[in-house]
Amino acid sequence: MANLNDHMGRPIVVVTGIGVVTSLGIGKADNWAALTAGVSGIHPISRFPVDHLNTRISGMVDFLPSSSRGASLLTYDLAEIAAQEAVAEAGLDWGDFGGPLFLASPPVELDWSERFSLYNSDKHDIGAERLLRVARGLKGLDVFETTQFGSIADRLADRFGTRGLPITLSTACASGATSIQLGVEAIRRGECDRALSIGADGSATAEALIRFSLLSALSTHNDIPEKASKPFSRDRDGFVLAEGSGALVLESLEAARSRGATILGILRGCGEKADDFHRTRSKPDGSPAIAAVRAALADAGLCEDEIDYVNAHGTSTPENDKMEHLSLSTVFGERIGSMPISSNKSMIGHTLSAAGAVEAAFSLMTMRESVIPPTINYDNPDPAIVLDVVPNQKRDAEVGTVLSNSFGFGGQNTCLVMAREPV
Amino acid sequence: MSPHDVVISGIGLVSSLGEGPDAHWRKLVQPGLEPVLEASRFSPYTVHPLPEIDWNLQIAKRGDQRQMETWQRLGTYAAGMALDDAGIKGNDDLCTTMDMVVAAGGGERDEAVDADILAASESRNDRDVLLNEKLTTELRPTLFLAQLSNLLAGNISIVHKVTGSSRTFMGEEGAGVAAVETAAARIRSGQSTHILVGGAFQTEHSDMLLGYELAGYLHRGPWRPVWQRRGAEGGGVVTGSGGAFLVLEQREHAISRGRKIYAELGPVVSGRANRREGELDDEIAALLSQAALPNGELLTISGASGAHAATAAEKSALDANPAIAARGFSTLTGHMKEAQFPFAVALAALAVERKAAYPAFDAASEKPFTGVPTTVLATAIGYHQFEGMALVNAA
Repeated sequence: MANLNDHMGRPIVVVTGIGVVTSLGIGKADNWAALTAGVSGIHPISRFPVDHLNTRISGMVDFLPSSSRGASLLTYDLAEIAAQEAVAEAGLDWGDFGGPLFLASPPVELDWSERFSLYNSDKHDIGAERLLRVARGLKGLDVFETTQFGSIADRLADRFGTRGLPITLSTACASGATSIQLGVEAIRRGECDRALSIGADGSATAEALIRFSLLSALSTHNDIPEKASKPFSRDRDGFVLAEGSGALVLESLEAARSRGATILGILRGCGEKADDFHRTRSKPDGSPAIAAVRAALADAGLCEDEIDYVNAHGTSTPENDKMEHLSLSTVFGERIGSMPISSNKSMIGHTLSAAGAVEAAFSLMTMRESVIPPTINYDNPDPAIVLDVVPNQKRDAEVGTVLSNSFGFGGQNTCLVMAREPV
Repeated sequence: MSPHDVVISGIGLVSSLGEGPDAHWRKLVQPGLEPVLEASRFSPYTVHPLPEIDWNLQIAKRGDQRQMETWQRLGTYAAGMALDDAGIKGNDDLCTTMDMVVAAGGGERDEAVDADILAASESRNDRDVLLNEKLTTELRPTLFLAQLSNLLAGNISIVHKVTGSSRTFMGEEGAGVAAVETAAARIRSGQSTHILVGGAFQTEHSDMLLGYELAGYLHRGPWRPVWQRRGAEGGGVVTGSGGAFLVLEQREHAISRGRKIYAELGPVVSGRANRREGELDDEIAALLSQAALPNGELLTISGASGAHAATAAEKSALDANPAIAARGFSTLTGHMKEAQFPFAVALAALAVERKAAYPAFDAASEKPFTGVPTTVLATAIGYHQFEGMALVNAA
């Protein structure tokens, strides 16, 4: 009988269910077909007018009934759809999951459409005073719940029958990876046999777009939307704001085996390190990202030369891609030039709070399918970044281990190491 | 007692009562202490405002202060106090290996820009275009960073150099409960040796009040103690600005550095009652039983918000146990949302360390406690959702 514990004597954590939604579609099958065909989900913004906006493209999920009903409802739906796919694949009861929920989701605010409608439903007073007076006369909790940071997880907990107090978290663009890390840790501590980790983000509102735009973080290559996200290219000029969700059912190997579940992959290691340099920029020597990668490798019990493929954070911002290259080349040394490293964001854009979970899902599929999705739009390589980015075309390859990077504003660096087989 | 116990080795507190554990203790042991109230600025709502704070004491660089709004400054300030108190601040080895879990909501929006947009919306039908027009020209670019939930933790990393790891939990009081619970579990299991955990809430901003009032949760009219708001106008919650950070540490780690230990953090329990189905009473009873209360008189630091249903449920559960003497600190500080549970745990730790109980904060509703509290219960029953408790024991 295979060992049920890892190199540090902790329960091995496996994945038994995967779900995903991106601008490329609902579910693993559609997403994988598009991703491996090099199809982009980036398209012109139609959800709101783009007058006055420098960026007029995105990877929004526009095909759900809730797509135009506000960030909170859309984020919930994205989370629910991905989780439903994952739980179904795991063969678990849809309403009685029986383990904790870890949800990575965007910070919530009262949507402008609600602000406008509350404000204009009355004529007395002005500004905040009017809003407060209208608010206290409201019947029903629908608007209120869109402003509570715990409400999406609360609804998901009801829907899936997860156990205990659900945790909603934000580590900015590393959130999805953190939700997985929290699940892994809970299983390793023996608190539960399984956990549901979800990253979901449906917050691509006009205000969110403008906020990122004011920080000069977004691509303004509006003319050919599908070409705008070009990680590691010389002419990359920012990320493309996007939406999506990824969900994993995590279980101890022992629990998964004992119920005869199909094991889709192993969550071998997680590493993190905070950066104290700047709110949006990373330390020039890349040491925090380097430390996060090394911590993930150490946690996984793997050496540098045991990683077959890197699923890059690869946002397509000048800063990220340069720093990611610096960090990876420091950790992997000369081997970096010949290791496949690709960015899913070239096709789906940056799904923010969901990105770590979406990309973990694609990393697991990369190993299962023995196909590496490409980095598309790689027509003009950045000469300062010499990497095998799996340019433009998918590649057939045996991949036994993956490193998936997630870096975010606020000095967040979280890395996951996944493997195909238990130990 | 075990070397892997979780102990509290640092406390940072800010509320309308002042700043620091000593100042809070001195105030809170005065029988009949009057709360600090601000009843006019946000009328008809009363809030407990921030005291005067010299931000320079914990945030040395003006540039850092400018990058934050009050909420992040407040949290960064309280976190710095806790690090100082634990003898960790400025110690590179300890800061770079220190983990962090922050309970956070969101930061302050620009009220003037919002008011301007709302006013213009009265005469415009193309409100989405109006929004683009105003936001692209009037928003201060870095304000976004002052609003992001995880940037309180980010600022703590930048200002205090805490960089072992950084995680932000969201979800009102439940975020504070989960932050403390997860931090304790990581220490107990050997995943971490010392963790900074806490949160801050800055209520003196209309959006922070709106977050409660969209469901009518705020108390209106003359102020009353937290247990006496039923039947009054409004929903019962009086908010306060404040922050609470704790340094949680593995006992062995704290002892090896020769640090003062306030208290041991015992079981931390949490839950999610389906309140629509009427599960709250049973959930509170279940948590009390999971917390494994000791025999004899039990001082209880209650984070009750004043929200009518949740506060009544908590009060009846606490009253049902004759050994419990509750102290509803929101009477004196107001409700501090994400910071509420860390604040409750801090007050519990102080009582244990000072070997004395707080007098009744509301003599009409709270009974005396005469003994020496060696174990204190801390609670946070969310005003709308999520529940948690912890037992804090003598070191």
